[in-house]
Amino acid sequence: MDRGRNYLAHSLPVRIMHWIGAIAVICMILSGWQIYSASPLLPFTFPRWMTLGGWLGGGIAWHLSAMWVLFADGLAYLAYGILSGHFRRDILPPRPNIILRDLDDALQFRLGHRLGSYNGVQRLLYMGVIIAICLAVVTGLSIWKPVQLGWLTGLFGGYPMARIIHLTMMALIVGFLIIHLALVILFPRTLVSMLAPVRSELDNDAPRGGVR
Amino acid sequence: MTRKRAAVRASDIAPELAQLSRRRILKGGLSLGALTLLTGCDLSTHSGVDAALLTMLEFDDRVQAALFNPNRLAETYPASAITKPFRFNAYYPEWQVRIVPAQWHLDVSGLVSDKTPWTLENLLALPRETQITRHICIEGWSQIGQWSGVPLHVFLRRIGADLRARYVAFKCFDGYSTSLDMASALHPQTILAIDFEDAPLTPEWGAPVRLRIPTKLGFKSAKNLQAIEVTNIYPGGFWEDQGYNWFSGS
Repeated sequence: MDRGRNYLAHSLPVRIMHWIGAIAVICMILSGWQIYSASPLLPFTFPRWMTLGGWLGGGIAWHLSAMWVLFADGLAYLAYGILSGHFRRDILPPRPNIILRDLDDALQFRLGHRLGSYNGVQRLLYMGVIIAICLAVVTGLSIWKPVQLGWLTGLFGGYPMARIIHLTMMALIVGFLIIHLALVILFPRTLVSMLAPVRSELDNDAPRGGVR
Repeated sequence: MTRKRAAVRASDIAPELAQLSRRRILKGGLSLGALTLLTGCDLSTHSGVDAALLTMLEFDDRVQAALFNPNRLAETYPASAITKPFRFNAYYPEWQVRIVPAQWHLDVSGLVSDKTPWTLENLLALPRETQITRHICIEGWSQIGQWSGVPLHVFLRRIGADLRARYVAFKCFDGYSTSLDMASALHPQTILAIDFEDAPLTPEWGAPVRLRIPTKLGFKSAKNLQAIEVTNIYPGGFWEDQGYNWFSGS
């Protein structure tokens, strides 16, 4: 039977894909900041110590390298998420009133969290960042290949608009990372559960994924 | 008594100095930031990371060559979409723009049957194409301009170029250079531009003849052409030799 404690908080494939994806996303962001700084869209650039690549050419080299890692890892994760039921069971957000209830609890620092089950706010954030990364990759492809993938660039409103959306997705992902890292610092056992095989904290009679 | 004015002010050469310091970084490689990130210190030798990045860039070149469709055209725009004012861009600041040498001609060399140099008059006698396309810089900005000139495929056939050769290399009298894969060189929108916005090119826009290739990033559209070579030996280029992705297709 699919019962709570018999399962790991995070399956081995999820843990592996999480860390490969995390490294790839961080490389993409830091090298992307290097590229951004060559022609900033907003009135600021990133200091060099915050960027990857040393100069524009190096930033592009990192960006065009890490993108394949992110692309492969992301495709594997999407396929796994759909086929294994991980998305439906663990990520799919509940009804809006439950999300609002959890959000209210979270903002008053009284939202509980047990390993093996995501609450409404977590589900919303994780689904949001998965969508943001997908959009960052697709807009990235559209500004890398605005002729060969011109239909895709056109879908995003042309090259300049696709670039703006690409940078907006980066900003959303960075926003997620700040919240994500702050919560990991507050609850270090979640970090352990993403590194090592840690059992779910759900009751024995709770279904896997812990729908409430 | 008047104070003698310096021939060159510091502000005049600031971009050059920035360029020099940047090139010094490049000598060290592509990945200063990476090593700083990984080790917390600033090492000057990190050839392993650079080798990995260069391997990935070669992989990117192969993927881009496979993605390249010789019949797919870059989007064209109405005259009303032309960006004004058009932004000057080169590896040097605008005050250093080179004037066209007296007795200018375009040299052709390598795997071609007719190596006679071309005068501008001879080029003007060839068929012309006009395009209004988007110039996309590797830095991320873009602008729409209008160029007209001789399609490169017409020119390459006229000089009896070996169209099975791998590369077409361009040298410029301003010290710049770049190169294309043959498939991109033969693309119908790749032109030897002679006019910019209905008037002959002026020096800052690449007089007397420049390359215009909307299927690649802007740095491939070399200005102030001096020589064209058809070759099977990888020619590199000004920015390519410093680490820019060689194919850089759009």
